[in-house]
Amino acid sequence: MSDITKQSLTELVENIKNKKLSSTDVTKAFIQRSEKSSELNAYITDDFAPALDKAKKFDQNPNLDLKLPGIPMAVKDLFCTKNVKTTAGSKILNNFVPTYESTVTENIWNEGAILLGKLNCDEFAMGSSNETSHFGNVQNPIDKNLVPGGSSGGSASAVAGQLTPITIGTDTGGSIRQPASFTGIVGLKPTYGSCSRYGIVAFASSLDQAGPMAQNVKDCALLQEVISTYDSKDSTSINFKRNHYSKELTKNIKGKKIGIPKEYRVDGMPKEIEDLWQKGIQYVKDCGAETIDISLPHTSYALPTYYIVAPAEASSNLARYDGVKYGYRAKGENLIDMYEKTRSEGFGAEVQRRIMIGTYVLSSGYYDAYYLKAQKVRKLIKNDFDEAYKKVDAILTPSTPSSAFKIGEKTNDPVSMYLNDIFTVPVNLAGLPGISIPAGHDTKGYPLGLQIIGKAFDEQNILNIAFAMEEKINFKNKITDWWIK
Amino acid sequence: MNKKNTEYLINRKDNQYEVVIGLEVHAQVLSESKLFSSSSTKFGAEPNTQVSLVDAAFPGMLPVINEFCIKQAIKTGIGLNAKINKRSVFDRKNYFYADLPQGYQISQFKDPIVGEGKVILDMPNGQKEVGIERLHLEQDAGKSIHDLDPQNTFVDLNRSGVALMEIVSKPDLRSPDEVNAYIKKLRSIMRYLGTCDGNMQEGSLRADVNVSVRPKGSKEFGTRCEIKNVNSIKFMQMAIEYEANRQVDLIEEGKTIDQETRLFDTKKNETRSMRSKEDAHDYRYFPDPDLLPLEVSEKFIEELKNDIPELPDDKKKRFIEEFKLSPYEANILVSDIDIAKYFEEVVTKMGKNKDIKLAVNWITGELFAILNSKGLEISQSPVSAKNFAILINLIKNGTISGKIAKTVFELMIDGDKDPQKIVEEKGLKQQSDPKALEALIDKIINENREKAIEYKQGKEKLFGFFVGQAMKASGGKANPQLINEILKKKL
Repeated sequence: MSDITKQSLTELVENIKNKKLSSTDVTKAFIQRSEKSSELNAYITDDFAPALDKAKKFDQNPNLDLKLPGIPMAVKDLFCTKNVKTTAGSKILNNFVPTYESTVTENIWNEGAILLGKLNCDEFAMGSSNETSHFGNVQNPIDKNLVPGGSSGGSASAVAGQLTPITIGTDTGGSIRQPASFTGIVGLKPTYGSCSRYGIVAFASSLDQAGPMAQNVKDCALLQEVISTYDSKDSTSINFKRNHYSKELTKNIKGKKIGIPKEYRVDGMPKEIEDLWQKGIQYVKDCGAETIDISLPHTSYALPTYYIVAPAEASSNLARYDGVKYGYRAKGENLIDMYEKTRSEGFGAEVQRRIMIGTYVLSSGYYDAYYLKAQKVRKLIKNDFDEAYKKVDAILTPSTPSSAFKIGEKTNDPVSMYLNDIFTVPVNLAGLPGISIPAGHDTKGYPLGLQIIGKAFDEQNILNIAFAMEEKINFKNKITDWWIK
Repeated sequence: MNKKNTEYLINRKDNQYEVVIGLEVHAQVLSESKLFSSSSTKFGAEPNTQVSLVDAAFPGMLPVINEFCIKQAIKTGIGLNAKINKRSVFDRKNYFYADLPQGYQISQFKDPIVGEGKVILDMPNGQKEVGIERLHLEQDAGKSIHDLDPQNTFVDLNRSGVALMEIVSKPDLRSPDEVNAYIKKLRSIMRYLGTCDGNMQEGSLRADVNVSVRPKGSKEFGTRCEIKNVNSIKFMQMAIEYEANRQVDLIEEGKTIDQETRLFDTKKNETRSMRSKEDAHDYRYFPDPDLLPLEVSEKFIEELKNDIPELPDDKKKRFIEEFKLSPYEANILVSDIDIAKYFEEVVTKMGKNKDIKLAVNWITGELFAILNSKGLEISQSPVSAKNFAILINLIKNGTISGKIAKTVFELMIDGDKDPQKIVEEKGLKQQSDPKALEALIDKIINENREKAIEYKQGKEKLFGFFVGQAMKASGGKANPQLINEILKKKL
């Protein structure tokens, strides 16, 4: 049974349905490997004992018609889980135990999955390396002292390290796709409005979106099928006809037109990224699709726009963490003093930085110059994509401008950290779906990802393209289990 | 229209000042549940028993617009003759306070749901139009309780998230009396519409009052001060009076008025500075990304328009035309929807041969007196409109006199009794048999011979004496008209 954790979700579901494996077998295997993997620091909170109980219960009366029958999985600690501590990677929620469940996780449990625990992430999902978490760094299973990316760093590490067969992350500016790229796994950021935000600790409401992270495209499609539902509890949830993504998955992408945006060829981009992109173009062509050079002229404004819009919303969203109702509270002489101490002690440096940026850009006298202008540019960025999609069905770009970097390498240089999101951020600003698939390795043997961006609500199409490319790429993640003693 | 007599001016040695007032009225939307959550809005519940996860701003909780509150706001807009905006936007107003769980209030800033409108006031010197600048929807905050413990402040979130309509007037009001009339008119309109109960004691209606003064005849506005959160009309009037005089005194002393927010101290009857313009909050308004812009269709608005009941202005017009009431009488009857309802029911129940004037006099006289003395609203009237109508008819058709009717009315109060039955049981029916009355009068004249002679000699005042004696002898039941006629004949 030692190879259980190596199996994909699809294989595990099949083996459970064929009764070759029980939920208890599978859950035990992932718990054991998780327990041996503490050096990765992927978990903030584990829920192993209850998970095993749930697995046993499932096996007593297994409902094999479910999509995730008895499948154990850990989730990013940004999803509120009933009676299980939810921290968002922050000291300020260090002691917070929700009495409610997020819609996305509820959907997962309703399909038979079992919670293994809560995965590490950057504090309030603000970061690109998982180094801003109050609960410490996460190690990338690819190599020691390598960041797994962020903010869904714990999620990426846990999937790549086989601590969980699949997981869900959230993506505000690249927080699913960038760590997926850094750890050699698949990560999908769905269309804004596809997955409910109800019960997800908010970072930037107009950008946040939950999505699946998995070892392969098919697993990713299956999980997306489970988590994407219309939810009246989220006013931005959109009621559209959702595909059976896993059933409708096909490698036939003949005749599809794939756009290659020239603006993504940024200054100082390493040659290996350019080479990877060219290889990607070749793979797409090999699959029978056609590539077309396109222009997304406002791309260079995406990052500055994002770093106005996201902090602005965050500064307001995080105002509720004030020590009054729940979470961490510092003692103060009076109300203002209590606020100041609670928030100074409860929030880490990066979160404080973004709250200050956000507060600044919304201030009277600066609102028009920053926030309003950013909203206008955001519209232009969206228009770029609309224009491009008159000619193409999807867009292919690198996922990140580099492979994973060392822990501590960029912590003192926030701007270079922010640059990590340069290819992923425009997708969030335009509310589009994007998927990152592992597509090769750099000279150090670290994984590199390619991103396929789709039209709104066209997840099926980019999953199909990813599925077709996946076969051609035939990527093998180089995991040595270095952290297991 | 003689304006000069009623103009409200503040006089100093050589100068006269006009007062300019604008109101921001906060009216609680009459609804079962809150603006963005399904918690109850019921007043007076145990602290923190009507609080959802959304109201307490738990992580990941999201607001969902309560459609009913939107309808209520639009109906109110229609009642204020205002433009309904098909697209409006909810913004976040950011500030920290212990009873503001989200750290922001969801409000409408640049794009309110209702635009410009107007309200007509009936003043003693004629009608006055007051412009409405806008109406927007917003959440109420919770309540901080500072006086329960020497060390701690308690927070009650029952009110947190309750829908409020902020109705902003133009600076069109010129006196405390106009403010009184304006608030009453707003309240009346909203109560007709069923969009706000207007209960000021429970805080359903409160206002921020903007006051400035300027030399009489000046076209420019003076610097204004805003008096926050005044919760009764009387306090509003007192605050305006104090504040206007304070500002005039400053000008007379050659000082300048600082634009600031002030509080009205009801115990000392004075306003005092709360914060200056420099200390004003920067609320960092921006559109709430959790809510999409609110769009309503023409059809949606039309359907609500069809749902609007007859409002006070129209009702007044109809009462004057249909029932031949004076504008004064009509005003009293339409000022409150429940009074109007009661009156109209009485009119209906009186049937064909009715005396509306008599009914109006009895409602505004006897009924109001009883309600006043018992501290009741007309909706709690101890006498139903049905029995009230019967009583008026009994007077009208001569079954009882107006005087006896007062006795009957007092007996009706206890248990809403049928006046017809009271009259029968107590034998209060009016004596209208001329023969019986003649006999009675003959007897009285006989017993008071001397007075009868005095009357004949010209002491006409004594006529009243004979009427009184006749009424007394009949136990008040004699038909006074007949008594008059017979006495005239016999004396």
